Amino acid sequence: MPEGEQITLTQMQTGQSGTVIQIKGGHGLVNRLNSLGIRPGKRITKLSSMIMRGPVTIQVDRAQVAIGFGMARRIIVEPV
Amino acid sequence: MKILLMGNPNVGKSVIFSRLTGVRVIASNYPGTTVGYTRGFMKLGEEPDEIIDVPGTYTLEPTCEAEEVALRMLDTGDVVINVVNATNLERNLYLTLQLLERDIPVVVALNMWDDTRHRGIHIDLDKLRELLGVPVIPTVAVTGQGIKELVEDIPKAISPDSPARSRDERWAAIGSIIDQVQRVTHRHHTWRERLGDASVKPLTGGIMALAVLGGAFMIIRLIGESLIGYVLEPLFDNLWAPVILRLSELLGGDGFLHDIVIGKIAGGEVNFVESFGLLTTGLFVPFGMVLPYIISFYLVLGLLEDIGYLPRLAVLMDTIMHRLGLHGYAIIPTLLGFGCNVPAVLATRILESKRERFIAATLISIAVPCAALQAMIIGLVGEKGGQYVAIVYGTLFVVWIILGIILNRVVKGFSPELLIEIPPYRLPSWRAVLQKLWMRVYGFLVEAIPIILGAVLVINILYILRVFDAIANFTAPVVTGLLGLPKEAVTAIVIGFLRKDVALGMLAPLGLTAEQLVIGSVVLAMFFPCIATFVILLRELGMVNMLKSAAIMICVALITGGLLNLIL
Repeated sequence: MPEGEQITLTQMQTGQSGTVIQIKGGHGLVNRLNSLGIRPGKRITKLSSMIMRGPVTIQVDRAQVAIGFGMARRIIVEPV
Repeated sequence: MKILLMGNPNVGKSVIFSRLTGVRVIASNYPGTTVGYTRGFMKLGEEPDEIIDVPGTYTLEPTCEAEEVALRMLDTGDVVINVVNATNLERNLYLTLQLLERDIPVVVALNMWDDTRHRGIHIDLDKLRELLGVPVIPTVAVTGQGIKELVEDIPKAISPDSPARSRDERWAAIGSIIDQVQRVTHRHHTWRERLGDASVKPLTGGIMALAVLGGAFMIIRLIGESLIGYVLEPLFDNLWAPVILRLSELLGGDGFLHDIVIGKIAGGEVNFVESFGLLTTGLFVPFGMVLPYIISFYLVLGLLEDIGYLPRLAVLMDTIMHRLGLHGYAIIPTLLGFGCNVPAVLATRILESKRERFIAATLISIAVPCAALQAMIIGLVGEKGGQYVAIVYGTLFVVWIILGIILNRVVKGFSPELLIEIPPYRLPSWRAVLQKLWMRVYGFLVEAIPIILGAVLVINILYILRVFDAIANFTAPVVTGLLGLPKEAVTAIVIGFLRKDVALGMLAPLGLTAEQLVIGSVVLAMFFPCIATFVILLRELGMVNMLKSAAIMICVALITGGLLNLIL
């Protein structure tokens, strides 16, 4: 797939959906996100983001998860 | 037999626990309500079985203190009731598979079963049972549906020969299970979901937060004041005062016993705030001043908890909380602190790092006054004018911010990011809300009132022995020189270690100016935690950090009090 289409979760538009491609982080981060169902291949929808580098809220399956800005920046997504 | 209730956070373990054991526990609509464990008993066979309500965990590879507690519990259990949120089967099954890989019998309670229907989710139960290899019982914990069947199936729990899998293998297995058992039909957004989305967007969320918190504050005051003005003060003035006066006569109106039981009475009238006897102030402070606000605060908090608003507030507050070395979820322990600092410090377990827990616990102990203290502040300082109450709260808020910024700079390490699941909004059941309110009010009655009465007794004995005079003379340079209070005010600070509400009450007979009352309230709020909070801080932070935290409290209280004395 073309490189240009991959963006971070923070760059996604509110309301936009995408597929998680990669989590750029250590074992701890991957583990925590994974336990909340956020893992490569998963389809997610961005519901909102707070101003001033606040958390991003996403829908994954039927759960909503709020993710801190620094963490959200390490989640690479391919928008659909 | 030891039965463990385990599952993801906020799936209803505590409600099932209450159903099974009859033991009431605090249940709310946010992940991390249970941070310690509660045990209860039920009878399956001849012997009573122990049931443990384990804190929620997403995985058996722990990521915070509450999850570590869960993992430690697992090694001690004989059977696991794995509570699963039926509306989010895929994610919940991750923990289920981890449990099945362990050598412990498991039975699955598929909770929130009623929600699946209106969410358009269809689950093939028989297929799920076959694939997991353990009993699966659909339950609706809040109504009790399926609980009987669950109990019947506990003896049928088994540990299937599940191979140890890697993370990816587990997800692959879950994917295959979901494909076979679950079918989801499309449906439209409900208004509750729209409201949920709006409350985590910057503009609409901000407006909603202001409205919710402002509304909560007004309702708490309205209920509290009404209970005092229309119920409790009339009761004390019209029914209890004549009894006290009669008793005072019987005791001869004077003397050792009279001082302790009734206190000082002047001019044939009972001043319940200032007389300081066991049956006058000792009863009026807890029942006439504090209890009404305990009731109103916990009623409103319980509603906010059960609706599921608090995690959304955490999202909104995240940016601000990061400046204080915390993340947004720390707002939940902080809000709990406005009721009582003890559960608040316990609730800091939902934070991931030791650093965060130290900062959060210290900030709560210093700048978050408990409901008992607030009731007294509103009662005593409020008499001098609302603006003085505002100065007290304003000062505490500024200290909270500034101290947080300093601690964020000074305390080593970094704070993790917010990562929380946001539960759907739910309509709270009145029964559940009132039950929770009663548990908290009952907790106040049995835990606080003995200490309040004890404090009043100690105060009287120390007065009679003239111990306070000695302390007052010794500390006069600080209390009078730095804080601008009469030297006798130190007695309140000393008693503040027992109960802060009684302590603030001790300032009432001193005839302080409004400014002095403000300084007294602020110093009392910040100076040192009450004994109950002290014990919990010691347990949760350890000796060294507790001492650091206490040193910070004393310094900040003196600096703030001194500054207020200069400014006011």
